[in-house]
Amino acid sequence: MGCPKMTEANLYLTMKGTNEGIIVYLDDQCSFKALLNELGSQMKSETIENTTEVIINCQNRYLQDWQLDEIRQVVEEQSSLKVKSIESNVLSHEEALTWFDQTTIKPFVKTVRSGQVLHVEGDALILGDINPGATVNATGNIFVMGQLKGIAHAGYAEGTEHVVVASYMNPNQIRIANKISRAPDYEVQGSSQEFAYINQETGQIELDQIHNLQKIRPNLTDIVERGL
Amino acid sequence: MGEAIVITSGKGGVGKTTTTANIGTALALQDKKVCLIDTDIGLRNLDVILGLENRIIFDIVDVVEGRCKLQAALVKDKRFDCLHLLPAAQSSDKNEVTPEGIKELIDELKPDYDYILIDCPAGIEQGYKNAVAGADKAIVVTTPEKSSVRDADRIIGLLEQEELEPPHLVINRIRKHMMDSGDMLDVDDIVSTLSVELLGVIMDDEDVIRASHHGNPVAFQPDTKASICYRNISRRILGESVPLMSFDEDKGIMVKVKKLLGMK
Repeated sequence: MGCPKMTEANLYLTMKGTNEGIIVYLDDQCSFKALLNELGSQMKSETIENTTEVIINCQNRYLQDWQLDEIRQVVEEQSSLKVKSIESNVLSHEEALTWFDQTTIKPFVKTVRSGQVLHVEGDALILGDINPGATVNATGNIFVMGQLKGIAHAGYAEGTEHVVVASYMNPNQIRIANKISRAPDYEVQGSSQEFAYINQETGQIELDQIHNLQKIRPNLTDIVERGL
Repeated sequence: MGEAIVITSGKGGVGKTTTTANIGTALALQDKKVCLIDTDIGLRNLDVILGLENRIIFDIVDVVEGRCKLQAALVKDKRFDCLHLLPAAQSSDKNEVTPEGIKELIDELKPDYDYILIDCPAGIEQGYKNAVAGADKAIVVTTPEKSSVRDADRIIGLLEQEELEPPHLVINRIRKHMMDSGDMLDVDDIVSTLSVELLGVIMDDEDVIRASHHGNPVAFQPDTKASICYRNISRRILGESVPLMSFDEDKGIMVKVKKLLGMK
């Protein structure tokens, strides 16, 4: 990110107005205490009356949750500014792994058989069939290159934006987030190249041809948007 | 060194025991030394189908618990010298033997036989675990019904977790006309759902029931459909490449004549 061009120079703080609003850059070399002190005094002298949102950028300093809370507290107590978000160039190893886990597609080359339950963090790519009575749960999307005849649960827990895509769709059930849709009671022929998603207008799970996926979920592969 | 093959299905009543008896018989007809082990302790049937019930003196539980030598418990078949049966106990239950106990026993039998066929009880509990413990290979039996295919799928999933070769499939009780009318799953559907290699199919045939009733496995009969199916399976186990039997019903002489004359 580099050091931004200063518009108002302080010892440890740099404020900059951008299209997104005011960004406050915090020095990442001084002590946290010194930073808080300066932040407090600087905010107090701030003359902005109306509630404006600011983005705080910690640059290359790693801050823990309690430190983030303190920054937020200092800013909002000493001034009428609201902290929109706190950004940072760094994240912990653990967070990085979680992020990686949430945003990579996990391939499985196998037939998921009756009675088996496959739980996947992130997106699941099943190169095989999901047989009747089998379950695949994924926190992200589910892509099935074989026949989906069992149960697929995408957005396991709360991902209402996630989809289930199958090259042959004839499932027992499709579940997305907290919605469940089941096959009709009469015998049905499956259909090829379809996907299931939650239609936000009706709030129900619907099926559509795979070529409409780009219209309905244009951001499907923007995996960075997900998780963290 | 022999090969131990477990015959299993998950669901009950699909023909595990009949299949074990008949594949065993068919292998014995090919001069192979075969030992059949019944692990359905408490509900033994294999001896009845082979017609050997009256000859049982000791059983598998006696062997595992050390009450008799393994050789003493083996029952020789009345038709072949090379076919032996290790019967299950009828008065105990499946928890009296452990997978380790069975494995040890099978390892002891292996040097003396070409094939050891293990008849597995229905279910996926203790009895199944006992039966699978000593096996090198598995044959999954299913019928063309949804429920039994579902259970076969479950059992194949469980077998994949064992250190076995990928299981082979036998589809039992095929009725050609019901498959044609779509009232039964057809062979291709079953094979593609279970995605395992097909070892053979067996036509539904009254002769199987008749043969079991008289304690003579159907595989002895020279010309019934089911017996040919079983003998084909045994030849495939021996490594021969045998095409699947045609499902077409026997045509009467008139049909053949008409065909000859180009009328049909």
